[in-house]
Amino acid sequence: MTPFTYFRPGDAADAQSRGALPGAKYLGGGTNLVDLMRESVERPQTLVDVTGLSNSIEERPDGSLLIGAAVRNTALAENRAVRMRFPLLARGILAGASAQIRNMATIGGNILQRTRCTYFYDRDGARCNKRSPGQGCDARDGFNRMHAILGASPACVATHPSDMCVALAALGAIVHLQSAQGARVLAITDIHRLPEDHPEIDTVLAPGEMIAAVELPPLPFAVRSTYRKVRDRASYAFGLVSVAAAVDVDDGTIKEVRLALGGVAHKPWRALTAEAALKGKPAGEAVFWAAGEAELSAAQPLSHNAFKIELVKRLITAVLLELTTIPS
Amino acid sequence: MSITINGSVVELPSDARVSLLDYVRDHLLLPGTKKGCNQGACGACTVLVDGERILSCLALAIQYAGRSVTTIEGLASNGGLHPLQQAFIEHDGFQCGYCTPGQICSAIGMAEEVKRGVPSHVTARLTDDLIALTHDELRERMSGNLCRCGAYNGIVKAISGTYASQAPK
Repeated sequence: MTPFTYFRPGDAADAQSRGALPGAKYLGGGTNLVDLMRESVERPQTLVDVTGLSNSIEERPDGSLLIGAAVRNTALAENRAVRMRFPLLARGILAGASAQIRNMATIGGNILQRTRCTYFYDRDGARCNKRSPGQGCDARDGFNRMHAILGASPACVATHPSDMCVALAALGAIVHLQSAQGARVLAITDIHRLPEDHPEIDTVLAPGEMIAAVELPPLPFAVRSTYRKVRDRASYAFGLVSVAAAVDVDDGTIKEVRLALGGVAHKPWRALTAEAALKGKPAGEAVFWAAGEAELSAAQPLSHNAFKIELVKRLITAVLLELTTIPS
Repeated sequence: MSITINGSVVELPSDARVSLLDYVRDHLLLPGTKKGCNQGACGACTVLVDGERILSCLALAIQYAGRSVTTIEGLASNGGLHPLQQAFIEHDGFQCGYCTPGQICSAIGMAEEVKRGVPSHVTARLTDDLIALTHDELRERMSGNLCRCGAYNGIVKAISGTYASQAPK
């Protein structure tokens, strides 16, 4: 591991002035960054440990939640308001990693974690445009079973690995950003980029910009929501594909629906095409299937992952059937 | 800067790169905590920090300044084994024993999570505040600890024998 300076800031302003230094990175639980530093994929000169900042989950009168970026994954999943009102988020978090990792990992770090593409990790043995820009991509014609089917580019076919972010995308979460230049808010779906010609840039965050909090806007029908993940093992494995969904059915008609997909793209994928195809239609298997087909019509499989297209359609249908047929 | 390890206050290493795992094993000469994969995949390095289970291989020791860490060496008291250590012996919860310290620390942390009402991936109703430590719950909650010998049946028996009766029915 390359030597670095470790710094624990006293407050957010302190953190942001240090975070703006060249070669500085913010450190959350370390479950991804420490691993990448050991593999020499990441070589920060300064680590700014932000786990002492913004640790609270605030329930606001309007029904929204404001979640500090340093809240641990376990703390968010066990929070009563999350379990009662945003079950897809609790389910999403609990589908990810192991209990030990969830105890360490923060919300901000979960959002900013990097792909688990094995070619990205293999510094000595593989070419990767995300790790070493311009080098080429060995995943595109390699073992790409885990890779993207939507929004990929010739330069990169990696997926974003988070489960939690898929639930946040469905919920329309708002990310509160801070830097020495000021504060701004962005929708979670505007945080991560598609790879295009610059897969080395994961997000739109400016250098030194820090996630301060994540806001869940009120969404009363999210009480009827869930997250389902398909993976090679029953537990403790990254997803092949996943679906986060919330649906509001009135007298058999879909009034409102939120749908997001994981394991399919370089970012958590809000399925807006499918949502549009569902709204106002009668809830039922044929309608659900058609919505999945509409969303996946743009899918472009690689040599080993065409199965994901069929799998996502089935998963969307199964999840929506579960949510619309089982009484809450 | 200092940290508490098994009740003793000790100085942290000056090199920020030292993981909590290497710190306890190589600096404090407490080799009970095991280095399996060193990349967060196997759970052999699990320790308790202020009662919560974490992976010491993915932790920089310096991140835990001021915190209280318990390793497998810190579980016995007054010359007697922790009840879960004893249960692992009685139920043959190991073969080679390499994953055992991590399994035991992990299960102790898990029992506290269940008591606190932390749900898991297999918990049917997230609205429940009380969770029973069923076979499926136990297996899911311990999935971060691998045993390459495949001693899982004994491990599950040892843990359920120690904790299942404490959980609400």
